This record gives sequence, structure tokens and C-alpha cells, in this order.
Amino acid sequence: MSAPHILASPGGGGEFQAPGLEIFQFSPLWHGAPSWLTKPVLISALTVIIVCAFFWAAYNKPKLVPRGVQNVGEVGYLFVRDQIARPMIGKDGDRWMPFLVSTFFFILIMNWMGVIPILYLPIASHIAFPIVLAAVVYVMMIFLSIKHQGLVGYFKNMMFPPGLPKPLYIILAPIELLSNIILRPFTHSVRLFANMFAGHLLLAFFATVAYWFLIEKLTGLGAGVGVVGFLMTIVMTAFEMFVQALQAFIFTLLAASYIGGALHPEH
Amino acid sequence: MFILAAETEHNPLIPAPAELIFGTISFAIVLLLVGWKLVPQIQKTLAERTDAIEGGLKRAEEAQREAQATLANYQAQLAEARTEAARLREKAREEGAQIVAEMREQAQAEARRIVEAAQATIEAERQQALQQLRTEVGALSVELAGRVVGEALTDQATQSRVVDRFLAELEDRTRAQEPA
Repeated sequence: MSAPHILASPGGGGEFQAPGLEIFQFSPLWHGAPSWLTKPVLISALTVIIVCAFFWAAYNKPKLVPRGVQNVGEVGYLFVRDQIARPMIGKDGDRWMPFLVSTFFFILIMNWMGVIPILYLPIASHIAFPIVLAAVVYVMMIFLSIKHQGLVGYFKNMMFPPGLPKPLYIILAPIELLSNIILRPFTHSVRLFANMFAGHLLLAFFATVAYWFLIEKLTGLGAGVGVVGFLMTIVMTAFEMFVQALQAFIFTLLAASYIGGALHPEH
Repeated sequence: MFILAAETEHNPLIPAPAELIFGTISFAIVLLLVGWKLVPQIQKTLAERTDAIEGGLKRAEEAQREAQATLANYQAQLAEARTEAARLREKAREEGAQIVAEMREQAQAEARRIVEAAQATIEAERQQALQQLRTEVGALSVELAGRVVGEALTDQATQSRVVDRFLAELEDRTRAQEPA
């Protein structure tokens, strides 16, 4: 959980040990706590509180002339509307704004938890969270597709798009079926998961390097490595904040594009 | 030096059931509160704001149009009033000129009339005087002739005295007659 804890793990005895998968494993928060009450669960609850509190402050009793936090909330709303909903879904994109705003900001705050001191965990690096989000989008996509195109029409539009030479369909149809129905939820969730996972590992690595060479085993030769590790931790933290926001954006953008595809298969 | 910890029991690609459940609950809460309750509110407000701005613009346009109409109306009235005033002035001037002409005409007529009356009076008086003179001259001549014959006009001096006396008498008579 914390650096000393990692360094005390087996294989210690004066040798530097890079953080591995064990940094994604958490025991219950305290001794005797229920086994489900772990740090990721706590952070997910915290995320819910932050997101809800922010939007409550921004959107509850909105004023015609916005003041304070409502301005920020409106900027967020307009960003999602103009960058995600309208380009991906089109004119009726505004109807999906409640879902898209919730999804985007839920993932954004969830990811940014990875750079908040003490917390330091983007919980999307636990695949359960991306799976839940991707599953919701997937179910919505299937439901909307069948509702708007019909069961047969949905598969026909997907596997046999018009205007291609006939033999091509032999290859195209199974590929389209595979990518749309089977792979899509996996790529959707794993993209978010893998980015957060790798980012967290990278940050943990540099932070551990800095801690080990500057505090645990301070030597003349090692100090330089420690300083590099420290500086890289700062640089990577900034980079991670960007990646975390970007991944939240991409996840929501893809969700909107799946919804848009279900509503308007001709595009 | 770098030893990667091999954790065989934990596979990061296997979701933890507890996290699946809590992830679902968390997302559901956010969807319900933010998505279902709060975002529609801001959408409504944004729509209202658009309406208000568009309505405000429309109202401003209307007011502008109204003001312009009023201005045009006012200007038309002003122009009308000016024309009316000019017309009245013109009319007054004409009337004035006419009145002056009439007055002059009347005055001239009156003057002419007075002059004519005076001339007539003078003529009448002259005629009367002439008439009177004529009769008196006859009578006086007869009387003078009688005197001249009665006195036996012998010399120039007597004759002259007779005439002088006559004239003096005449004068006296005239003087006596005048006050009457």
C-alpha cells in the first residue's frame, strides 16, 4: 500500500525491488473489517460523493444568470455536448447528455483519484470498474440497436453493409460480427483498464525509485538515480493527469459513438 | 538487482466480485442523481436562457421598430405642421395684402367722395354767389345809375365823389349784412 510496505515485502534485504502486481492488491481497510471493504471500494464511494456533490452544487437550482460553481458545471456540460454528444450522435445527442455527462465525470474523477495524495489509486486499474461501465454501454447499445433497427435489421446492417462486392461479405460478415458483438465490450473496458493500470504502475515505479535511493539507501552514486526518479514522478504525475482525462474522454466518446451507431446505422 | 514480484494468486484481468457490485452501485447512484435529476435541470436552464436571450433580442428589436415608427410618425407630423404653418402664413399674408388693398380702395373712394362733395359744395356756393351777385349787381347798377342821373353829373370830381360814396355805402351795407 505504501512505499515502506512494498519495500518490506519478500526479497528485501538491501536490494531494490520494483513494485509489481501486488500494489493492486488490497486487504480490508482495517483488521476485522468486512472483506469487501477495501481501498478501491472506498475510493469508488468517494468518487460518487465528489461527483454528486459537485453536480448538486452546480446544477441544483440553476440560475438563468450562472454564478460560481454553476459556471464550471456548465463548461463541463457544454464540453461533453459539443465534443462528444453532438459530433457522435447528432441532433438528438442532447437526449443522451444525462448519461454521457454522468459517465464522463464519473470516470474522470475516478481516474484522477490516481494522483490525489494518500489515495493514489485510479480505481479503473481494477478491471471490475471498467467492466461495469462497458457492460452498461454494451447493453444500451444492443437494446437501442434492436429497438431502432429491428433484430434482423440490426444484424443485416452490421454484417452486410450495402455497396460492397459480394465475395467480400464472406470475410466481412464474421469480422463485423466478432468486432461489434464480442470484442467491442472487451476493447472498450480493457482500453481504460490498461491505461490506468500501466500509468499507476509507472508512477509507483518512479516513486519507489525516488524513495529507495534518496531515503532508504542514500548513497553518492544512487542519489542521482533517486533525483531522476523524483523528477520523473512529478513529470509522470502531470502526464498521468492528462492520460486519465483523455481516457475518460475516449471512453465516453466511444460510448456515444456506439449509441449513435445504434440510432443511425446508416452512418 | 530488479526483481519483479511474481504474484501468482492475483490476476488483474479477473474482476473482484465485491468491486463489480460496488462499481455497479456507484455508477447507478451517479446515473440516478446526476444523470436523471441534475443534468435535465441544467438542460432546462440552458434552454430557458437561450429563450430569454432570443426573447430579449426580439423584444429589443420590437422596441427599436416601435421607436422608429414613432419617430417617423413624429417627423411626419412635424412636416405636416410646418406645411400647415407655411400655408397659414401664406394665407395670412394674402389676406393681409387683400385687406390692405381693400382699405386703400375704400380710403381712396372715401377721399374721392369727400373731394367730389367738396367740389360740388363749392360749385353750388359759387353758383349761388354768382346768382346773388348777378341780381345785386343789376339792382345796384340801377340805383347807381339813378343817383348819377339825379345828382346831375357835371364834373369829374362830383362824379368821383358819387362813385366813392356809393362804394362806401355799398361797403357799409355789406358790413351790415355780414353779421346777419
